[in-house]
Amino acid sequence: MEDQVSDRRRFLKSAIAGSAAAAVGIPNKSEAQAPGAGTAPAKPPPAAGYAYLNPEEQAFVEALVDHMIPADSNSPKGTDVGINIYIDRACAGSWGKGDRLYQSGPWKLGAPSQGYQLPLTPAELYRAGIAATNRYSVKTYGKSFDRITPEQREQLLTGLADGKIALENGPPAAVFFGVVYQTVMEGMFADPIYGGNRDKAGWRMVGFPGVIATHQRNIVTYKNKRYPVEPLGIADVS
Amino acid sequence: MAKKLKEVEVVLVGLGWTGGILAKELTEAGMQVLALERGAMRTPETDFSVPQIRDELRYSARHDLMQNTNRDTLTVRNNPQQEALPMRQLGSFLPGNGVGGAGSHWNGHTWRWDDIDLKVRSFYEERYGKKYIPEDMTIQDWGISYAELEPYYDRFEYTAGISGKAGNLKGRKVTGGNPFEGARARDYPLPPLEPSLAGEMFQQTAQSLGYSPFPRPTANASRAYTNPDGSKFGACQYCGFCERFGCESNAKGSPNITVIPIAMRSPNFELRTHSWVTKVLLDSTGKRATGVAYTNIETGEEFEQPANIVILCAYQLNNVHLMLLSGIGKPYDAVSGKGVVGKNYCYQTGASAVLFFEDKIFNPFMATGGIGLLIDDFHANRDFDRGPFGFLGGSTIGAGLYHGRPISFRPTPPGTPRWGKGWKEATAKWYLHAMTIGSSGSVMANRVNTLDLDPTYRNPFGQPLMRMTFDYKANEHKISNMTADVINKIGKAMNPTLMTPAVARTTPWSVVPYQSTHNTGGAIMGTTPASSAINKYLQSWDVHNVFVMGASAFPHNSAYNPTGPVGALAYWAVDAIKGPYRKNPGPLVSA
Repeated sequence: MEDQVSDRRRFLKSAIAGSAAAAVGIPNKSEAQAPGAGTAPAKPPPAAGYAYLNPEEQAFVEALVDHMIPADSNSPKGTDVGINIYIDRACAGSWGKGDRLYQSGPWKLGAPSQGYQLPLTPAELYRAGIAATNRYSVKTYGKSFDRITPEQREQLLTGLADGKIALENGPPAAVFFGVVYQTVMEGMFADPIYGGNRDKAGWRMVGFPGVIATHQRNIVTYKNKRYPVEPLGIADVS
Repeated sequence: MAKKLKEVEVVLVGLGWTGGILAKELTEAGMQVLALERGAMRTPETDFSVPQIRDELRYSARHDLMQNTNRDTLTVRNNPQQEALPMRQLGSFLPGNGVGGAGSHWNGHTWRWDDIDLKVRSFYEERYGKKYIPEDMTIQDWGISYAELEPYYDRFEYTAGISGKAGNLKGRKVTGGNPFEGARARDYPLPPLEPSLAGEMFQQTAQSLGYSPFPRPTANASRAYTNPDGSKFGACQYCGFCERFGCESNAKGSPNITVIPIAMRSPNFELRTHSWVTKVLLDSTGKRATGVAYTNIETGEEFEQPANIVILCAYQLNNVHLMLLSGIGKPYDAVSGKGVVGKNYCYQTGASAVLFFEDKIFNPFMATGGIGLLIDDFHANRDFDRGPFGFLGGSTIGAGLYHGRPISFRPTPPGTPRWGKGWKEATAKWYLHAMTIGSSGSVMANRVNTLDLDPTYRNPFGQPLMRMTFDYKANEHKISNMTADVINKIGKAMNPTLMTPAVARTTPWSVVPYQSTHNTGGAIMGTTPASSAINKYLQSWDVHNVFVMGASAFPHNSAYNPTGPVGALAYWAVDAIKGPYRKNPGPLVSA
């Protein structure tokens, strides 16, 4: 827990000195072209500022992504992959503002088969969900989500995911967790231009080669064989 | 006050596959054509270029080429007792938007629907008796035969550059093709795609079990191709960014590289993008259309566009919506069974299994939208006895991964944690080592599966949204059961390390997870005005100068994908429009 807090302070300090390029999550060229960095030790995270999340939300999201994506031989931890930055940018951008969401009322709960029915945009849902989850965390464990133990976090996230927890004055737990899960996975696997999947860590983890894909011959040559290739993102070939 | 424009001969509402086909054919016949498309212009050079098009987040997760539900959506419910609520974001299906429509971002699967579908009621009545068909199953014959459509299927296949292998050439069975397909005059224009490992493994096992696997017919060019109109295709690169994406290699048969650019070169053609048609305008008798009302959604200006002929070429749902908003044809009433517009809305069903092989490497990212081997033994096969199962219709079943994009494709075995170290280990371990066996099942029309106007929710023009009432019925559940059993039988015989078995569907249809953009019906074709909205030439029974293209014309949904008959019917209808109708405007079939 203490590590989490000091990590965060270090992160905030470096964020202040951050460059504009790093702030939008564009990997610099040397990083993008580093060969075979899949199992290399994690580099210190590039500096990045937050565009949407407030300090309480930043702490929540950092703790969340490091819990869901812990560091191991498969990839660095969530904040080192930039998933927190991905989520912040997603909330700050057009998706977070509901650019593709039908937003007219009246709003009714409906049946699960009728899909999302809340009057909240995705960014608003994130905000309301974090606040309600932290209230639950303080009430249940005495501390906010970023300060509870990993076991308590696991218990709380499982409760959210299964809809077993009722978030007082908050969105339905499973609906909130649905958007959390979706964005964590997007931050892990979307193209690095969006701020996550730093150094293509998510793609390296599974073996996805990225944007260059001319496999007319490969589909024969590499049938039932591993296709060894350095993954490339949009920024690498732009 | 809408500005009244100069009259045109033909106005097309929407410029995708059907609008493109009509634009090309009618302008070549010397007719003056205006297309109104509510989305933007789209060309491969500008919109589908690498690396930007290889962006899973933008195009797949965020639906960049699709209809924006912020602007237009519909309301949904499972049954007439439920209150319909808006589909606030896309999920279950993804209607296209912009020039090319869904034809830009489809996978390419192209089938010839045969008389087992086109004469669906007759087939089952003759085979199993009238009582075999449930009372609430409102299926009907289409009023057109496979023999009539055969040359038009051929036309579409050669236009779109379909790769495949014939299984029935003029009645002669051909080994390696689909033995259950209708007789075709000639083979596909292109040989089948290179099979993937998953497809080959499925093929071997299916064959050993006595089924007849064949390569999926699809609009992914297996080699460079020039179609009969002179449109040039590149060879498919198996890039794994097909469905939901435009093709940068010009290898996907799409209207953007075929019929639309040809029409665009014609002096008889005009395209206006960002032009949202809100209504088809009728004269005082209500029996003749005078044109359309539309709004330029970049400027907000409203226009009245007079036209001699109005042809609806939008997505299935939007065609039906426009009919309802314009008062063309009597709206269907599920209680009395009277009326026609909104009747027989259908969808598709399915079941699938995931197979994990420790010792195989599938490289799922080396793929194309139509790759795969499949069997038709449980759908077009007339010898498949449905009697013991008690259903009508069936499923196609097949395998062949069509992408490995990791936001959505991360197969893990049952029991895998949803996050954390265990999730990471399983995700990393199995990504290259998993394949799926999937299926596509038919949906028979039901009395209460309908489309009408919603009483509460509205679009930005203040018009009521369309309301969809849909759920799977006993027939679909029985198909799903049978399909899951066959999939699991094949899957087990493939001897995987682990398997997530196929499970028959029992839960209500949900708008949330993606299932299929094969919505059909609502403005159905048929033999009488009492039972259908349009005749066999896709002409409105009530308003003879309105024609309605697309899958809205289908009286029920097959296990096959819809684009084959969508394309064939467009070519079939345009022959009637530029021929007999132009010479003698009036009903092409007397009521």
